[in-house]
Amino acid sequence: MTATDTTARAPLSIRGREWIHAWLLLLPALVFLFAFTHIPAIATFWHSFFSTPRGRRPARFLGLDNYERMIADPVFWKVMGNNLWFALGTIPVSIALAIVMALWVNDRLAGRGFVRMAYFTPTVLPLIAVANIWLFFYTPGFGLIDQVTGSLFGWPHTNWLGDPATALNAVIVVTVWKEAGFFMIFYLAALQAIPPSLVEAAKIEGAGKWTIFRRITFPLMMPTTLFVSINAVINSFRLVDHIFILTDGGPDNASSLLLFYIYETAFEYWETGYGATLTVALLVILCALAIGQFFLFDRKVHYK
Amino acid sequence: MLKTALMKAVATAALSTGLTLGTWASAQAVDLQFYFPVAVGGTAAETIQSLTDEYAAANPDVKIDAVYSGSYQDTITKVITASRGGTPPQLSVALSADMFTLIDEDLIVPFDDFIKTDEDKAWLAGFYPAFMENSQTGGKTYGIPFQRSTPVMYWNKEAFKEAGLDPNTPPATWEELVEFGKKLTKKDANGNVTQWGVRIPSSGFPYWLFQGLSTQNDVILANSDGNKTNFDDPKVVEALQYLVDLSTKHGVMEPGIVEWGATPKAFFERQAAIMWTTTGNLTNVRKNAPFEFGVAMLPANKRRGAPTGGGNFYLFKGASEEQLAAAAEFVKWISAPEQAAKWTIATGYVAPRPDAWETDTMKAYAADFPPAIVARDQLEHAVAELATYQNQRITGIFNDALAAAITGQKDAATALKEAQTQADAILAEYR
Amino acid sequence: MTASHTDTTPQAVAASAPRRKAFDLDTALNTFAAWVLALLWILPLAFAIWTAIHPSAYEARFELFAPLTFENFEKAWAAAPFARYFLNTFMLVSLILAGQFLLCTLAAFAFARFTFPGRSVLFTLVLLQLLVMPDILIVENYKTMRLLDLVDTIPAIALPYIASGFGIFLLRQTFLTVPRELDEAARIEGASVLGILWRVYIPLAKPTYLAYGLVSVSHHWNNFLWPLIVTNSEETRPVTVGLSVFSAIDSGIEWSVINAATLMTTAPLLIAFLLFQRQFVQSFMRAGIK
Repeated sequence: MTATDTTARAPLSIRGREWIHAWLLLLPALVFLFAFTHIPAIATFWHSFFSTPRGRRPARFLGLDNYERMIADPVFWKVMGNNLWFALGTIPVSIALAIVMALWVNDRLAGRGFVRMAYFTPTVLPLIAVANIWLFFYTPGFGLIDQVTGSLFGWPHTNWLGDPATALNAVIVVTVWKEAGFFMIFYLAALQAIPPSLVEAAKIEGAGKWTIFRRITFPLMMPTTLFVSINAVINSFRLVDHIFILTDGGPDNASSLLLFYIYETAFEYWETGYGATLTVALLVILCALAIGQFFLFDRKVHYK
Repeated sequence: MLKTALMKAVATAALSTGLTLGTWASAQAVDLQFYFPVAVGGTAAETIQSLTDEYAAANPDVKIDAVYSGSYQDTITKVITASRGGTPPQLSVALSADMFTLIDEDLIVPFDDFIKTDEDKAWLAGFYPAFMENSQTGGKTYGIPFQRSTPVMYWNKEAFKEAGLDPNTPPATWEELVEFGKKLTKKDANGNVTQWGVRIPSSGFPYWLFQGLSTQNDVILANSDGNKTNFDDPKVVEALQYLVDLSTKHGVMEPGIVEWGATPKAFFERQAAIMWTTTGNLTNVRKNAPFEFGVAMLPANKRRGAPTGGGNFYLFKGASEEQLAAAAEFVKWISAPEQAAKWTIATGYVAPRPDAWETDTMKAYAADFPPAIVARDQLEHAVAELATYQNQRITGIFNDALAAAITGQKDAATALKEAQTQADAILAEYR
Repeated sequence: MTASHTDTTPQAVAASAPRRKAFDLDTALNTFAAWVLALLWILPLAFAIWTAIHPSAYEARFELFAPLTFENFEKAWAAAPFARYFLNTFMLVSLILAGQFLLCTLAAFAFARFTFPGRSVLFTLVLLQLLVMPDILIVENYKTMRLLDLVDTIPAIALPYIASGFGIFLLRQTFLTVPRELDEAARIEGASVLGILWRVYIPLAKPTYLAYGLVSVSHHWNNFLWPLIVTNSEETRPVTVGLSVFSAIDSGIEWSVINAATLMTTAPLLIAFLLFQRQFVQSFMRAGIK
């Protein structure tokens, strides 16, 4: 830490100037950070103890009523369960696919340019717009999936989005499709930064492809995996755009996620008080994850 | 902080330019801001614009700023936000079912104060009663019907012929719907269905079409004060059971939630021989159906029945007496027969007054395209769209219950019983 | 996570790859699988193009000789003010990017090169924003915007994202790799603090700016939920919200027109990314995002 050394030796007045400079540099960013992240987070917590102000009736203090309501709310538990399944369904699959894609695209494969473009296009297309396309794919009868499975295997119509057993999985597929190509870019950058001499040396020793991947490539990409997995975790709580078009959370909340439920509560039912309480639940989960990730980060990745 | 202040200044300057211009103009003329949503394709927005222009030309002392406010959802959000921010519009079209929400938010004023002369009273009495049910509560008139619709049944005449049915006789009862549906459901060699008999969409807002069934079973879903629902009435349960049976017992409808948005396409693609959807689809079907089709009233059970839907005019608090009077005048003008006829022909909405159907334009239109009359004739059997206080939440609960029964998660009686309990808990404070 | 391998260009990797045999089953299988996946991945885009250039009757019929038409684009263009939406998105993305570059650069510089009381606490608070993003604080941020009287303005969509924890973190990582000697030299020449930042740090961090800029642009170009909440008029709506309003009509989905609209509004981004995809990956690599 050379920075500390220099300042430790510097006279007090210079150190004081350093402090002022640093604070001035930080000030604009901090103002915005606090105004739109930290203060709202705390305000959410505060408002979660109040009723929703409505027309003639101002907000009144409810104590833990909103929390009791949340605990007793079957829809809340349903969306929590859904969100867990959504995270388990999207995170590992999109990361595994991203790694496979990156390995392929990094290889000297015929038509690499096209393949890379194909993998990457979902990143550029807005989720809200492609949801309409996927809606067509999933439509029973004349939808693309049914047309293909019907003519190839003679399968009957499947109502992917209209059946609680498949609706959430159908949403997960769209999410994986959207995310994998984006994550691939990070892995591609990581792969290209691995010294080729390492791989060469392993090959001379007679190591197979799988061994090279397991012993060299994968461990060296560990920081990327952590970075990408943080992104994937965040996305599993953030990506709800397509639900608006695909299922609207249905049938009977079978494909609703926590953030979608917060939106419905606060901006369709206009219950901002209870919406705040639900947001607190989401914040608690994210903070727990944050703490967990920091430990992982500190141990495995020396970002300092 | 400086940056925030600066941005705020820029933004407010941009916002208030419109505002100051408005204030300046009001020194000489009454100035009105009017929000309107558009929920159907076609030329709806242009038609509104041309109608307001026409009015402004005839009334130079009134200036109307018609603002296209997006979907119905956008519009309600926008009026609530603008009102809380102290700049409500004077006039807006919003969902008729949102009346109680607007009253609860204390945003609207009734039209009664502006209906004084006998002529005005005659005008108010001239709307179809079915549309007024959603516009009046507690003895006051809060909404004036404008872009209103109702669901009707479309059928594929070719499919009827193929199935050995008379192509000009649609099912008129619940039994016939099942009976015809069975004949119309076609299967391929593998036993897979290639054409369903019936399609009653259930995504998004299943309560609306379901309300057709419940009304036909002679039961209303909510009282006219908007504070009591009848979700667990045995007749409602029976109606839901009928809907569920269409897929599970009779096998004439696709199982699971049936997507609303894909319904016209499914009809065009011959995936369903009969579909229920809004009259707002008339123009679309007329243009795109690759076969001959018919339009009929929904079938009857204990009685005929259908909900109404769509938007009403509302007057907003915060406007001056002069502005409100001018707004009410404008509403009277735009809902008069000639204007209503123009609007109906341009959009496919149902003209909300019998006298609009007596105009020459409307007669010519109906002669050219007889299906347009079906919706009108059905109005005599129609009831108010489900509307209560906290409407979005109550209909949300009800939609979930319908979805749970349709997808077989719960039986009809349990699902509706639970929905009723939840609705009661919410509405108790409004009684 | 450092930029120490900046010399490993793809060319270098390719050059050192072993020579292939005439036919290699393993390669063939991999190529086949990669292509199958690629075709699956491009399918939605292909479908969008198919429907957009054919009459709506062919939305669900894939016949080789279906008639071509340009009508869907004309219809979409006439049905909604996409030019305006497009302009809104463009202004939004520019505003966010400019704000992010400015604020994140200053903050990252402070974290990378200054010692001051509270540094680690503040840095933790910044990192916290990686997880607790404004996207989920929609209820409170909406209240803030109402308080500031900014609801339904483009700045209201942009403001919550301008101080980005990710941006600060990324730039700090890059700035940390700048050799101290360079800024000592500039200091001796009499450069001020901002002068050093401008002349030494920012030029060296160009790849990071490019990579971060691309991520930011694609993210905010496609962002939907917050703009949906905070805008409600044509003058402020970005394309994503415009598309959803446009497609959410009562009379059923017209895929051909919606897809034409989707293609029109995403084309610039799509083309830009296709043209620059190689640079994109390289800037990621050189920025040390890996």
